[in-house]
This record gives sequence, structure tokens and C-alpha cells, in this order.
Amino acid sequence: MTDRDDVPVEPANNPAGAGAAPALDPATEYRPPRNQWWDVWDQFKTHKGALVGAAVFILIVVAVFLGPYLWTIDPTYIDIRAKNQGPSLAHPLGTDQLGRDTLSRMLSGGRVSIAVGLTAMLLSIGIGTLIGVIAGYFRRLDGPLMRLTDLFLALPILPLLLVAVLLFRDMLSAAFGPEGGVFVLIVSLIGITSWMQTARIVRGDVLALKEREFVLAGRSIGTPSRRMITRHILPNVLSPIMVSATLGIATAIITESALSFLGFGFPPDFPTWGRLLFDSVDRMQLYPERVIWPGLAISLTVLSVNYIGDGLRDALDPRIRGR
Amino acid sequence: MKLKTTLLGAAAAVALAPLAAQAERGEDGHLNIIYWQAPSIMNPYLSGGTKDLEAASLVIEPLARYDEAGNLVPWLATEVPTTENGGVSEDLTSITWHLKEGLQWSDGTPVTSEDVKFTWEYCTAEGGGCAQSEKYNDVESVETPDEHTVVVNFSVPKPFPYGPFVGAQAPIIQKAQFQDCLGPKAPECTDANFAPVGTGPFTVTEFRPNDVISLEANEHYRDPDKPAFATVTFKGGGDATAAGRAVLETGEFDYAWNLQLAPDVLEQMASAGQGQVVSSFGTLVERIMINLTDPSPDLPEGERATKEHPHPFLTDIAVRQAMSMAIDRELLTEIGYGEAGRPTCNVLPAPEIYASTANDACLIQDIEGAKALLDEAGWVDSDGDGIREKDGVELSVLYQTSTNAVRQDFQALIKQWWEEIGIETELRNIDASVFFGGDPGSPDTFQKFYADVEMYANNFDGTDPEAYMANWSCDEAPSPENQWQGNNMPRYCDPAYDALVAEMAQTGDIKKRAELAKAMNDMLMQNYIMLPLVDRGRVSAHANSLGGVILNTWDSELWNAADWYRKDM
Repeated sequence: MTDRDDVPVEPANNPAGAGAAPALDPATEYRPPRNQWWDVWDQFKTHKGALVGAAVFILIVVAVFLGPYLWTIDPTYIDIRAKNQGPSLAHPLGTDQLGRDTLSRMLSGGRVSIAVGLTAMLLSIGIGTLIGVIAGYFRRLDGPLMRLTDLFLALPILPLLLVAVLLFRDMLSAAFGPEGGVFVLIVSLIGITSWMQTARIVRGDVLALKEREFVLAGRSIGTPSRRMITRHILPNVLSPIMVSATLGIATAIITESALSFLGFGFPPDFPTWGRLLFDSVDRMQLYPERVIWPGLAISLTVLSVNYIGDGLRDALDPRIRGR
Repeated sequence: MKLKTTLLGAAAAVALAPLAAQAERGEDGHLNIIYWQAPSIMNPYLSGGTKDLEAASLVIEPLARYDEAGNLVPWLATEVPTTENGGVSEDLTSITWHLKEGLQWSDGTPVTSEDVKFTWEYCTAEGGGCAQSEKYNDVESVETPDEHTVVVNFSVPKPFPYGPFVGAQAPIIQKAQFQDCLGPKAPECTDANFAPVGTGPFTVTEFRPNDVISLEANEHYRDPDKPAFATVTFKGGGDATAAGRAVLETGEFDYAWNLQLAPDVLEQMASAGQGQVVSSFGTLVERIMINLTDPSPDLPEGERATKEHPHPFLTDIAVRQAMSMAIDRELLTEIGYGEAGRPTCNVLPAPEIYASTANDACLIQDIEGAKALLDEAGWVDSDGDGIREKDGVELSVLYQTSTNAVRQDFQALIKQWWEEIGIETELRNIDASVFFGGDPGSPDTFQKFYADVEMYANNFDGTDPEAYMANWSCDEAPSPENQWQGNNMPRYCDPAYDALVAEMAQTGDIKKRAELAKAMNDMLMQNYIMLPLVDRGRVSAHANSLGGVILNTWDSELWNAADWYRKDM
């Protein structure tokens, strides 16, 4: 019974609820019940890289989502007399070849890139977890679902995206507007082409969990599969899911940037970090800072998210925790 | 002694260099050409794209073509027929060409007048959707009295009879190769379309559509000493920036076509010293085409953007005029082209005698005037969202063009102006190889025009605008019936315009022709069917080591590739 400490986890939909309180004896009765997430936080804190990563990521997210309210210059407004300016008080990061403010373009570009990253991540985690849990838990569905996963793994994502952009662009932009349509398209495409790793990892964990005594015990008192999964399996595979979620954000941001960099995806005047890079390449030698800013933003975001993932993995693993 | 020998040797080498440069076929090795729009076919009759015409001009040639000054020079013919030398009949209804003696196709068979006749049959075959059919307008018959003589008979007097078989758009193809490819079967003959047998200095050894063409010197080329290059790699794709860098900065390629780059970018590239930029003004006009048909995706395929469905608001001339008035052409030119561009209000800016001055008012931006015009026409912003509407129709346009940094800058600027006068603008950019590819299966070609407005540049070869102005007659509109070929992108159709086209075809007097051309230009401009922006100089670049390049804006840029050679450096 060495794995006793990772058994009693509360349902995932109530993570803030009372944690693992062992049978209380009078001596510890007055100690306030400690939420297990505090343990996770304690462990997370010890990972320096993860802390810095989290700080940077939060900073970037706050900047891009609140920044446009403070820095109110329209990112698409062209002031041709102010083109190709260096940093100044009016334009802290300078202006581009049409006199658009680079800072506000960076901010609104980041908003799109990060929104794409987060949404695509949620989608891919959703699909990946669903497929992984079902494949791991129900033996009969395992084969077909894993072959489906192999199939998706074999799809080359960029060509697929290009074809899909061609096929569905009109339909979606009619329904959601030009930018909204492309957003839905890109997010769903990235989502449905990046869930496979999650699915495989989750399936592996579920297969192992299924053989544990607590699952056996649960089943022996007649717990239906639905409740087994939501109450006992899911909370225990949370750790790999969280980790692949953070990695998923990074991949999605990079894929979106790659698409914009290739000149596909969002309309040409709609700034995203990838598009800013693409637009600046022509004048890379004259104005290197225009490539550096978006490049730095992409790299920093991806790096910080990866560090958060690393820290979370350690923190969520009870066997490492406390060591 | 040693030093002296060396010096003498060097002197001799310098003295002999020009001689060596024109010595024998294939001795200069390999030539690398980069076109950032990749050719998708080597048959100009099946493609309207300049990139395809130019690639094909290395292989197949016309009877006569235009030189860098716009003069006609004989190419496969012995001389250019005129009324003076008796080659053109007095009543202007027939023209007689004589082929040069001893011409051979690259497979070694002789070129005969039958091939010339066949070329006409090929382009005019029923159901073929020939992209250059306006070159063969009014041709009634082509006769071949003997192996070297071709007589073209016109149904009407042709004051300018140099449409058929002249220029890069109307080269001669081999009958033996294409005779089973007439009409609807034309696009199916892949081998012939990708590797035509030609008379030009090079022949295709491998053709990869939208990628690379490998060519080698044509061993049956009529001048035994030419071409100087044994092999050619014709690389397509990428973008103008990469092409410019490849020639001007890294020296990987010898020739780059159409460097549509912002002036500051180009200048900086040229400063690397590997190559030089060449430019010359012709008739190339960057313009916005306005779609008079409805491109709505709700319409079924095959009816979308055809004349059955008129556009909901661009058919209103007030809207089109306001769009034109809102544009500051001077500024666009300054930003996008610098010295290599001039703002223009005419789609026919040159030659001088054809250039109208009636539309020059458009050079001055007039935002307030545009707003007033829209107000007057009943287009007002009644719901306060910044977009004008009338009867529930909102002024919202989709504006497409090819992917190119200068064009995207233009899009951003014009979008800002149009939004200022209350026209919502959505931008779209499409990869140039697709946009100009002419593939009837793709929804993103400039012929299909599944957008409200689109921007690109076009010109005509030679100096006579008759065929060019005929582009906007009713039957030139791309539609499913003609496999989406044709150059009348706005789907403009006005019997009065067609009458002018017909009249010009029968007018011989040069002054009268100029008047007609101006009248047609003015008609298009004053109806705001298209909005010309910039009269663009052609800008290309070649490596310092490549000699013999003469930039020609009236014909294919590769027109004299047979004369190119490697300079001794």
C-alpha cells in the first residue's frame, strides 16, 4: 500500500473542496484541514524555473489582455508621416514601414496568439482526455481508438491546414466574420491535430490505474463506469493532462505563428506575432528590432509555458512531492 | 620575364574576352533564373499568367516580336511585312509572312507554314478556352501557299495586322505535338503543355509545375553559336524578397524577374554589390479591379461571380467613384515604388499618343468629396456602426491580391481610406503562384475573382493597344463556359464599348486609332470599372557576371536569352 497517498483525491470538479483529511485524532483536531493544492503549490515553489516562467507568462498575459486598455493607439491605424521611426515616447517600440505603432501591434498580436494558444489547448486536451480515458477504460474501444490516434499522428499538419483554410474559409467567415472565422478555423484545426499525445499518455495511465485496488474496490461495490471515471480515474490522471496542456499552449502558439509567417491564416492587416515577424523580414537588416520583438515574445511565452509545465509535473507527482 | 609574361597574358585575356563571350554554344555552362511566381504550364495559350508566358518564351517563339524600344523585329520570319514591302495587302485584309530558311524544331524536324496555321487552329478551336484568343480576333483563314509562306486573311481591314503570331503571347507551336490536343482536350495534353517542342534557344528536360524547370540548349537552334549557356535552371516560387536577395546579395541566381519591393529594401539589397537592378517603364499598371458580379459564397458554384448575378452595390457608379476618390495615388507610389513608379489615372498610360489626360483629377485624394458623393447617392450610416448602407445592403468589400509586401502595404493603406469613407474592407492575400495560376479548379485565381475587388498589375506586349483594350469587351469575361479564361475581370459589358473595340479594329489612321483608344480608356475610367493606381516600371535584377541582358517591357523579359553570356570577371 505504498501508493496510499495518491488514492484519495476529490472529484476534479471540486478542487477547492476539503482535501485529504485522514481520520482525525483529538490531537490534530484543531489543525485546519489543509487543501492538497497547497501541497502542490509548496512543491511548485521549489522549482525556480517554473516560478520565473509563471511570473513571465502571467506578465505577458496581463500585458496583452490589459495593455490595449492602457496603450490605446489602434494597431491598424496608419500614420504615414511617422513611418520607420525608432523608439520614442510616442512610440516606445518605434513604428513600422506604414507608421503603425509597434507596441500596440505587439500587444494586440499577442492577444490573438495567446488566445489561439489557450483555446486550441483546451480543445486538444478535451479531445485527448476523452479519447485516452475511453480507450484505456473500455477494452473493446481501445483498438479502434488507438488506430484513429495513429491515423491523426500520421497527418501532416501544415498541408492539412492550408487545404482546410481553402475549403472552410468562406463558410466560417460568413458565420463568424473574417477574423472570427479564421480564429475558429485555426483553433479547431490545431486542436484536432494535436490531441494525440495527450490521448496516448492518458490511455497509458488509465490502463495502469484500472488494475489498482481502489478501482477494484470501487467496482466491487457496484460503482457505474461513468462515476468510476469522473471520481476515481480522472483526478488521478490530472497530472499528465496538466503537463500536456502547458506543452499544448506552446505548440499552438508556434503553429499559429508558422501559419501567419507563411502568409496564411488571418487577414494581412490583422496583427499576430507570426504576422509581425513575416512583415518585418523584408527589412530585417535595416530594422532588426522589428524581427526581434515578436520573435522574443514568441520565444519567451513558449519557454515560460514549458517551464511551468516542468514545474507542474514535479508538483503534481505525489512521489516526488516533499523530497 | 615572368612578370612580363603574366601581364601580357592578362592583357591578351582582356582583349579576347569579348570574342570569347560569343564563341560557341554551351560554353558558358549553367544559367540560374529565378521567378518568384512559379510557372505552372509552358503553354501560353492555356494561361494568362506573365510568368508562364515568359518561361515559355525560352522555348517557343513567335514570327516577330518587340524589342526594348517597342519596335517590331522579325524573329522566325525573314522580315516584318508592311504595306511598303508588299507583305500587307493594300486593303489591309491580309498579311504574308515568310519563315526563315532551315528552321528546325528542337526534335530536328523542319518548321513549316503548316505549324503556323495549326497554331491559329489550336487557339481558335471550339471549347478550348484559349487565353490569348484576342490575338486572333477577326482572323478568317490562314493559308499556306508553300512550306515557308503564311498568309493570314482577316475578315475586316486590319490596320494593325500584327496580332496573330507576334509577341510572347502568340508563339508558334508544333503541329505534330499538339494536333491531338484541340479544343476541350487542350488541358489534358500534359506532356505537350509541360515540355513543348520549340524553336527557341532552350528545350525543357524536366518540368515540375509550380517549382523548377530544367532546360538545356536546343541543339537545333538556328544560330549554331548560341545560346552561350548549356543548361538553365528556371526556379519558380518564393517571394520577391527572396528572389532579390538570391541575385543581389548572395549571388546564387543570375536573373530575378519583377522585383516588386519597396524602394528602400531594393536599395539596401543592391548595396551588397553582387548584381544590379535594371528598370524600365512600359505599360504595366497596378490597378484595382472592381467586380460587377456577385461573388457571394451563398451562390452555387458555376453561378458565383458570373453575369447572371449582378453585384449588390458595386454596380452603383457612385460607390465605385467614391472608392477611387478616397485613394491617394501619390502616396502609394512613394511608398511602394519610389523612382520606379508614377501615379496614374489611366489603365493605358503609354505609349504617349494613347495616354489620355481626361482623368487626371483622380491624382488628388478627396475624402470629403467621396463622403459627399456617397451621401448624395443615398448610402448613409444609419445604424451608427461606421459602415454605410442603403436598403439593408452594407458597403462591405472583400479586397484580395497576391502575397507581396508592397501589395499588403497598399491593402492596409487603402483599407484605411475606404473605412474612413464608410466602406468596410476585409483583406485577403493569396499566394502569387495560385492567384495568377489560372487553374480552373482553384477558387483563388484572379480570373475567378471570388472577391469584391482585387489588385494586380497587367500590361500588354508591343505598342499597339488594340488587343489590350479588347480585353474588356463582353465576351472576354471569365466564366465557367470558357474555363475561366479571359481578361475582363470586372465582367464589364457595355455594347457601346464593344462598338468602339470593333471600330478600332477597322480603323487604319493612327490619329483616329489613338482617339479611339483614349475614348475606350476614358470610358473605363469614367465608369470606374477599374481603379488604376501606379504606372509601374518593370524592375528586375541580374548578376554582375551575366552579360547581354536588355530589359524589355514590351515583350518577354527573356526575349534575348539566346544572347546572354557569362562575363569574365
